[in-house]
Amino acid sequence: MSIHEGKNLPRPTPETQPFWDAAREHRLLIQQCADCNTHQFYPRSYCTNCGSGNLDWVEADGRATIVSYSVIDRPVSKAYSDPNSAILALVKLTEGPQMMTNIVDCDPADIAIGDPVTVVFEDWTDEISIVKFKRQEG
Amino acid sequence: MHLLRGAAAIVGAADTEVGVVPDKNPTQLCAQAIHGALADAGLSLADVDGLITANSMAEPYMYHAEMMAEYLQIFPRHTLSLGAGGGASFAALHQAASAIVTGMATTVVVAMADCLRTGLSRDQAMAMQSASGHPQFERPYGPTVPAFYGLVARAYMNTYGTGPEHFAAVAVNARDHASRHEGAQMREPIAVEDVLNSRMIADPLRLLDCSLVSDGGSAVVLTSAELARDLKQKPVYLLGAGEGHSYEHISASDNLVSSGAADAGRRAYEMAGMGPGDIDVAGIYDCFTPVVLIELEDLGFCGKGEGGDFVAEGNLGLGGSLPTNTHGGLLSHSHSGNPGSMFALSECVFQLRQQAGNRQVADAQTALVHAQGGILSSHCTVILGTEVS
Repeated sequence: MSIHEGKNLPRPTPETQPFWDAAREHRLLIQQCADCNTHQFYPRSYCTNCGSGNLDWVEADGRATIVSYSVIDRPVSKAYSDPNSAILALVKLTEGPQMMTNIVDCDPADIAIGDPVTVVFEDWTDEISIVKFKRQEG
Repeated sequence: MHLLRGAAAIVGAADTEVGVVPDKNPTQLCAQAIHGALADAGLSLADVDGLITANSMAEPYMYHAEMMAEYLQIFPRHTLSLGAGGGASFAALHQAASAIVTGMATTVVVAMADCLRTGLSRDQAMAMQSASGHPQFERPYGPTVPAFYGLVARAYMNTYGTGPEHFAAVAVNARDHASRHEGAQMREPIAVEDVLNSRMIADPLRLLDCSLVSDGGSAVVLTSAELARDLKQKPVYLLGAGEGHSYEHISASDNLVSSGAADAGRRAYEMAGMGPGDIDVAGIYDCFTPVVLIELEDLGFCGKGEGGDFVAEGNLGLGGSLPTNTHGGLLSHSHSGNPGSMFALSECVFQLRQQAGNRQVADAQTALVHAQGGILSSHCTVILGTEVS
């Protein structure tokens, strides 16, 4: 895991701990409102649609589409000079929420806005795995 | 009519030297700008009873406006330190005018300075790069500020079929203006090909699509319209102000090709009782070239997706329909962080006072300035004019 040394390690908060615990098990958890069924990300204590505090954690199906991406030629630091940190992207999950991520294991020339991607997990430490995406096979 | 419309005026403005200023620190530049703006207004420190600042990254203080008041040994009735990134400057104006109208203060100084070019430690520079990202859900992915705007740029190109040459036209216009400004950081004229051949930073954004990293400071003095009439300079009245706040983090954006500028602009136009066609000269936040296109569109100067052609046709030039960033903007004059858009403001003040020298837009009577902070996050538009009626 040493190749991830020096990267910006997230520090879970009480609100986000279930997300990070699931990520460690390679599951992508998002929230769904028990009252209005809206899905949301990032984790919060209240529904962004109806304000309800009645939120459930649900497993996302792991598929998404690329909303936009940028290819970083000048990384923020040496720790981010690996190819799997080069493509910064926004993706929209099947369930609706959008998240920032890296698109991994692909040549930047091979992707386009609207392409389908699927979730993968990058293990950084014993506690933290990072949610990334790769091009959908087929 | 809105309470704020025409109730306050900018009566003094001053910029410090900008660019590479290794022999001065931010607090010093801030004080210099304040003294300069007061001298320009024909006022003294004793006249100041309101002070609004934004913190400096190179020399931060816990309570920045308090610090500046202490440094200057003034004891205002009202202080505020604003944190809204590049949008802070015009939100500060909005706040200053409100303070004057409600009687919180009579004469308010808005001042900002920073030394991002020569004053940051390595740790501070690193912290600044990633500071705008969400600590858990953006920063782990190694985003840079240009990469955040790269997301916007690619979405814009994909939506409207815009090419990099359209973005480049924005940079060329800025440099053309800066070439006429003795104080600007980058004055050597450039062509579209120079932008397209500059090195890639965060694809699709190249070096010359990105704004500068600078030192510098700027300040303005505001007072009531009534008091302004008897002062040294021709008053520049605040006719409209509006803000738009959509999100903090770009990953929370549901539309990468339009922004809170639409809300900010609509609110400012409503207050001023004016529209885009009434504006003689503009200051548009140009941290990265595509941002100018999005803001021009959101502010109603052209239709959505038409920004590239609008700029390429020369509308932003001195002889164009909307001379914009006539000082050179963040792309070529300077970008010292929070103070960045203050220079677009002081330039518009000089334009409306017919003091812009070889950059003067003939008979400019109205100006619109727009700034945004974060990643198209916080927006503020201010409309200025030489007459209230």
